[in-house]
Amino acid sequence: MEHYTMNLTLKVWRQKNSNDKGRFETYQVSDISSEMSFLEMFDVLNERLIKEGKDPIAFDHDCREGICGMCSMYINGRPHGPWHANTTCQLHMRAYKDGDTIVVEPWRANSFPVLKDLVVDRAAFDRIIQAGGYISANTGNAVDANAMPVEKEKADAAFAAAACIGCGACVAACKNSSAMLFLSAKVSHLALLPQGEPERKTRVLNMVQQMDKEGFGSCTFTEACEAVCPKEISVTNISRLNKEYLAAGLSVDK
Amino acid sequence: MLNSKIPAGQLDQKWTEYKGHCKLVNPANKRKLEVIIIGTGLAGASAAASLGELGYKVKAFCFQDSPRRAHSIAAQGGINAAKNYQNDGDSVFRLFYDTIKGGDYRAREANVHRLAEVSANIIDQCVAQGVPFAREYGGLLSNRSFGGTQVQRTFYAAGQTGQQLLIGAYQALERQVALGNVAMYTRHEMLEIVKIKDEKTGEEKCRGIIARNLITGELERHFGHAVLLCSGGYGNVFYLSTNAMGSNVTAAWKAHRKGAYFGNPCFTQIHPTCIPVSGDHQSKLTLMSESLRNDGRIWVPKKQGDNRKPSEIPEEERDYYLERRYPAFGNLVPRDVASRAAKERCDAGYGVGSSKQAVYLDYAAAIERYGKIECGKLGISNPSKEVIRKHGVDVVKEKYGNLFDMYEKITGENPYEVPMRIYPAVHYTMGGLWVDYELMTTVPGLYALGEANFSDHGANRLGASALMQGLADGYFVIPYTIGNYLADEIRTNAIPTDHPAFVQAEKDVRDRIEKLMSIKGTQSVESFHKRLGKIMWDKCGMARNEKGLQEAIKEIQQLKKEFWSDVRIPGGIHEMNPELDKANRVADFIELGELMCKDALNRNESCGGHFREESQTEDGEADRKDALYSYVAAWEFKGESDWQLHKEDLIFEVAKPTQRSYK
Repeated sequence: MEHYTMNLTLKVWRQKNSNDKGRFETYQVSDISSEMSFLEMFDVLNERLIKEGKDPIAFDHDCREGICGMCSMYINGRPHGPWHANTTCQLHMRAYKDGDTIVVEPWRANSFPVLKDLVVDRAAFDRIIQAGGYISANTGNAVDANAMPVEKEKADAAFAAAACIGCGACVAACKNSSAMLFLSAKVSHLALLPQGEPERKTRVLNMVQQMDKEGFGSCTFTEACEAVCPKEISVTNISRLNKEYLAAGLSVDK
Repeated sequence: MLNSKIPAGQLDQKWTEYKGHCKLVNPANKRKLEVIIIGTGLAGASAAASLGELGYKVKAFCFQDSPRRAHSIAAQGGINAAKNYQNDGDSVFRLFYDTIKGGDYRAREANVHRLAEVSANIIDQCVAQGVPFAREYGGLLSNRSFGGTQVQRTFYAAGQTGQQLLIGAYQALERQVALGNVAMYTRHEMLEIVKIKDEKTGEEKCRGIIARNLITGELERHFGHAVLLCSGGYGNVFYLSTNAMGSNVTAAWKAHRKGAYFGNPCFTQIHPTCIPVSGDHQSKLTLMSESLRNDGRIWVPKKQGDNRKPSEIPEEERDYYLERRYPAFGNLVPRDVASRAAKERCDAGYGVGSSKQAVYLDYAAAIERYGKIECGKLGISNPSKEVIRKHGVDVVKEKYGNLFDMYEKITGENPYEVPMRIYPAVHYTMGGLWVDYELMTTVPGLYALGEANFSDHGANRLGASALMQGLADGYFVIPYTIGNYLADEIRTNAIPTDHPAFVQAEKDVRDRIEKLMSIKGTQSVESFHKRLGKIMWDKCGMARNEKGLQEAIKEIQQLKKEFWSDVRIPGGIHEMNPELDKANRVADFIELGELMCKDALNRNESCGGHFREESQTEDGEADRKDALYSYVAAWEFKGESDWQLHKEDLIFEVAKPTQRSYK
């Protein structure tokens, strides 16, 4: 891989706190190595801003290896930037060339209010999980792990859905700010496993209700969510969710 | 005197005996008892969920925006358990023995045996929660082997085992939040513990914390009858490590300054298979799962400074140095041994890549081997090289695809075509707060769980054991041992947070923050952290010697002075200010760095991840000195740059120490 350096123009959303209106500010960065990660480029810019006595840009990040789900930049109109199946922290500067302009915004959704600059509040996702995204198995209740065999195909599908990192890119990508991909991934993960069976109906009903309460929009199945999902969560999970929801609504004993 | 409170009796009966006789708290009283938990990784989330289920009033804190982000999530390879599902001779005893031996005989037998005992329950619990472990076609759980062991006892979920286990614990935690048993405080950082004298016993007990709301900057006081630190390890003292950017020692360090002894701080694990540093801009290092060593071959050129491409170096000019030095274990030697061997080759001038600080991890042989097997299965006779390769690549892709993709994303190189370049990186810290058998620190009412404590891995942790320990502590140990303490606290009413001890603790925190902000110097927090990391890596890293450690101590003391007189923190106190958060953490890392060097200096032997150059055999292997150092070094904070050493002798009744050999 040939390495190179580049000069770039960044247009970054700056917002002091949730009450501030916010605006774009433009920064020139130079001598950026193609080997840097996108967030390391921000580190370099922030170091400079600190030296200049300015407020550095706040952004969420933690593991920097694509698994914690904390990073959340909307880059040139696409959550997590141009690469497929990728998080912001995994994006590297070789995706860009000298002279490029890059626009960076926070996730845009009413249910994810901006806290500062590029940092948003995603507590709504936690509350959706609280509404039923679990299996009620108190510590100590468990039977032997191999007592209940699980069809490999179903176990694999459950795992594929459980790979969701809860970053919220699906919501950010959706023109309706729908959380259906996130929700469907959790409903699928648990509905596909025999351990999830006893709470299957109430889970889906309660989680959908909470999602609506949080103000996420409706799903019109444009599949924009799947296209940007760093973990390639499939929209077939949304179909499964709809089926689960319908079946539960028709048959729940309440 | 350190009292480790190890129950009497035979090793394999201690935990059973303990459980049978520890004090219990009745359900009506549990409702009145409050427990504070710092950190929501595997240890913290599992403890919060389990204690909430039992009926305690729990408050859990994490600095991330959600408890699901804790860095346990990044663990790739797997979790060990003595299930013996493979019928290959595993048992509780073997898991215990491997862990003690792997830790180079520097862990406590009773704790490790308990860990092995509860390991099987962990898998049951996780499966009941819906953790999607890998399965065989018959629907039963799949296992694989991991470095340093001879049985298949590792359960896994592709390369995302930590993520799936944490999500299981996180969901159990959120369920307790929904039920009102746990109150969750996200984007909060603990900045002090609060100790209050018990009127009856005269003892100073931990009764709460001061936390900072990282969104508003406000300081908050929280009371608890007990406080559990589940705040992870301190690998970020090296600046570059596989830890998350926010992983820090602050909670543990505040506790240490308030009387909790720090156990074996110099025991750090340098993981052999990480992606090498690419430049000064580097902010963190990425691990490639140890499972890659099951099939990959590690080599460097036989010629120093060989600049040819790997494909141009013929077989006979390659040095497969692990296979050469350790024919019995080859590429599967434990982590400490593999890391040192890589460093030795690079230091001697045989390193590869532009930095020369890397070795090759090569899959060409594995691709060919698997390709031939596949062709055999498919009945292809006399397959061409291309056909073998194609089938081989498919097999490797299925086994390690996500890791290969990760490598390509970071380096831009295709590891199916060219060998990966790897180098050791700081990964895990075996040291941590000293705890007794009940996981209590030397401060009554203050506990440490998971990576934050020192207890189970000795001087070197085996692969797939960290997840096991975090969940063992949280699900199956603390629910019993905390009751033994809280049973005597049922008459202690919640202490109002206007108590003078809370007021004073909050004032101390506020003063420190104001002092930091008032320095208004010229150097960024990050630049100090980088300099600390370099000192630590160069002088307290994979190899240590007396001269270097003494220099490091002086340099760190100097760095500390400079930090407190010239750091520049932009922004204000009463707002979201990540630079201030970082400054609070780096200030603590600097102090910890000094203690680590002191501990490394004191321990003039080589054991596990701690290699003292003065203590090696003629052929460069680690020389452990049981007669002199078979103890836990527990350090008591006495004042700035001043610590007192306490020793807990390690007694091996069952697993008799032998010199580890992997030759």
